Amino acid sequence: MKIIVCVKQVPDSAAAMSVEDGKISWGDAPLVINPWDEYAVEAALRLTEAQGGDVIALSLGDENAKEAIKHALAMGCSEAILVNDPAMAGADTQAVARVLAAAIQKIGGADIVVFGKQAIDSDVGATPSMVARLLGWPAVTLVSEIVECTQSEIKASRAMEEGRQQVAAELPVVLSIVKDYGEPRYPSFMGIRKAARASVPEWTVADTGIDLPSAVVTWPNVMAPPEREVTNEIIEGSNPEEIAAKLADKIMEEKVL
Amino acid sequence: MDFNLTEEHRMVQKMVRDFTHKEVIPTIGEWDRKQEMAPHILPRMGELGILGINIPVRYGGQGFDYITLGLVCEELEYADSTLRVVMSVHMGLNSMGLLQWGTEDQKQRFLVPQAKGEKYGAFGLTEPGAGSDVANLTSTAVKDGRDYILNGEKMWISLATKAHNVLVVARTDFSLEKKSNGLTAFMVETDRDGVTVGDIHGKLGVRAGSTGWVAMQDVRIPEENRIGEEGEGFKIAMSCLDNGRYTVGAGATGLIRACLDASVKYANEREAFGRPIGNFQLIKQKIGIMKRDYDMARMLILRAGWMKNQGLRNTMETSMAKWFATDASFKAASEAIQVHGAYGFSDEYPVERFLRNSKGAVIYEGSSEVHTLLQADYALGYRKDRPLRCELPAYDPDFWQDEV
Ligand SMILES: Cc1cc2nc3c(=O)[nH]c(=O)nc-3n(C[C@H](O)[C@H](O)[C@H](O)COP(=O)(O)OP(=O)(O)OC[C@H]3O[C@@H](n4cnc5c(N)ncnc54)[C@H](O)[C@@H]3O)c2cc1C
Ligand SMILES: Cc1cc2nc3c(=O)[nH]c(=O)nc-3n(C[C@H](O)[C@H](O)[C@H](O)COP(=O)(O)OP(=O)(O)OC[C@H]3O[C@@H](n4cnc5c(N)ncnc54)[C@H](O)[C@@H]3O)c2cc1C
Repeated sequence: MKIIVCVKQVPDSAAAMSVEDGKISWGDAPLVINPWDEYAVEAALRLTEAQGGDVIALSLGDENAKEAIKHALAMGCSEAILVNDPAMAGADTQAVARVLAAAIQKIGGADIVVFGKQAIDSDVGATPSMVARLLGWPAVTLVSEIVECTQSEIKASRAMEEGRQQVAAELPVVLSIVKDYGEPRYPSFMGIRKAARASVPEWTVADTGIDLPSAVVTWPNVMAPPEREVTNEIIEGSNPEEIAAKLADKIMEEKVL
Repeated sequence: MDFNLTEEHRMVQKMVRDFTHKEVIPTIGEWDRKQEMAPHILPRMGELGILGINIPVRYGGQGFDYITLGLVCEELEYADSTLRVVMSVHMGLNSMGLLQWGTEDQKQRFLVPQAKGEKYGAFGLTEPGAGSDVANLTSTAVKDGRDYILNGEKMWISLATKAHNVLVVARTDFSLEKKSNGLTAFMVETDRDGVTVGDIHGKLGVRAGSTGWVAMQDVRIPEENRIGEEGEGFKIAMSCLDNGRYTVGAGATGLIRACLDASVKYANEREAFGRPIGNFQLIKQKIGIMKRDYDMARMLILRAGWMKNQGLRNTMETSMAKWFATDASFKAASEAIQVHGAYGFSDEYPVERFLRNSKGAVIYEGSSEVHTLLQADYALGYRKDRPLRCELPAYDPDFWQDEV
């Protein structure tokens, strides 16, 4: 079974974001593999452990994306490819999806392409569906469990607010994975050594065989949420009942309930 | 000169950091309060390969260099000293002793399972009546045919109730003028007849770890378990300490960083007199000193690790790093409590645990007094390190990483 897992480099989840002149800044936060993508790598590895086969990590990004790729390799992916093209700076989700889909085809396709649920920096979460659309494959998103997978078909549980949904699809398929899937493994020490030594081939967009896609969505402005004004008020009373009654009135008055 | 860590170093650091943040830090306060070692710690450290991090792959380890060992210890003690103590005794004082002094047969029998994390190692030097004064220890090993019969009690032994193999130093020659030449090292398996072990309770620190005693009554140990020659025990113990101290110093460096991080966070959140307390010069001073000491400790440790990689004798440099880093971690922990005011005095915050844990390290593996004297003796020319029959092998990536 051949699986491609797409990984992205993002600022550490503990990083503080600020907005300066309509541009997002993460300060000098360390860059890490998108935490959701770790679940995707885990799912891909478990699938090949059960079915046999290889996992290829694919990333679109600059030099920094190598950290994410190396993390995926250290977890156990056998190969990696970086699409690194300065012309992609400022790309939107649609442009990214076009390049990823082209790269997947250039790799020679796959049985399964796995994504994390979304990237924690831009939080769009549409890349998996867009890539599936471009490849003409079924998209099974928000997967919390892979119930069964054969060489030709996959049955998976999707985590939805209302409950779980079981879906079946024929391969090849695009999946996106949620946290409920299960804790991603740590990189192994042997994997770390292999990853540190691995040379990662770099492609430009032209190498993937398509013309440079242009963005259809731009971010003319980004605003930080207005600062919330918080005031504290301590509600006093001679007994808990009285305090609770006052609190309930207050909550109604403020239209919280 | 190159101050950069390699990509491998950084990835190992991150991996161990992820492990401690997910599996240790969330619950360590409770285990510390219970005065018990969390049962998952040793098996997880084994499974993940941490227990064999710098042992050659051919001996069951992960094949990383000595600098990696230091970085791992820094990350572990950032979470809790008890995890680093595991590395000090299992790796520094026992497994690295085997790597340096063990025969090929001993490496196969003891080092391989230890590096794989299937067996845990400990180090039995201290006795109820002899700590700093190692040469005066009284445990005995008497030759009986091809065996030795061991008697005596070892005290304050880390992992006493967890370890399978204890590197024990006992007296084999009672006649010698120079007492240190009458000591011999043995690997004692704790499941042998006559070995009993127990934990000490009521300790100030390292409460989430095992510290105890190992008593030996007529324990029969075959000659094949003797490490080195008869009479080499003192030298072996001291060379093991060169490695144990390295892990202690590296860990203390992590403890300073933990104090610094906790203090910075609190100083930015806590307000007094209408301002975050980080604005006050006297708080800045504490934080400034922690930052300075972290850097200094780290540099000293990295130098010692680099020397080990090169195969250079590092007794003096390791002693310096251990001495400075542990003293500085004790001060940093005390100041971290001060920054936290009354909250630092309670176990709601981790800094009181940091202080209790930091105190042990200025006592074991050479008390600060002992290191002061050592450094003065080097300076005064009273002390010189002579070459050893077996030196710690320099790090050779090919030898370490080859899967034979
Ligand atoms: C948590 C913990 C874990 C330990 N783990 C181990 C272990 O795994 N294996 C092991 O073998 N031991 C272990 N030890 C024991 C440790 O190595 C000894 O405590 C240490 O060597 C000091 O010996 P002592 O306690 O007998 O103190 P002493 O040697 O009695 O020293 C008492 C005081 O006198 C000072 N002193 C001694 N001699 C001199 C001198 N010549 N000049 C100036 N001052 C001097 C010391 O610095 C100290 O302040 C551990 C101890 C602790 C606290
Ligand atoms: C065991 C114990 C018993 C106690 N008993 C009592 C009691 O019976 N009654 C009672 O009322 N209180 C009691 N306290 C509380 C004690 O008085 C306070 O902890 C103390 O006043 C410090 O206040 P804080 O803990 O809020 O620290 P903070 O005031 O928040 O101080 C935090 C840190 O900032 C420093 N800092 C604050 N302001 C400045 C400044 N302007 N310049 C430089 N540094 C500054 C402090 O020195 C400290 O290091 C007790 C505390 C303890 C630990």
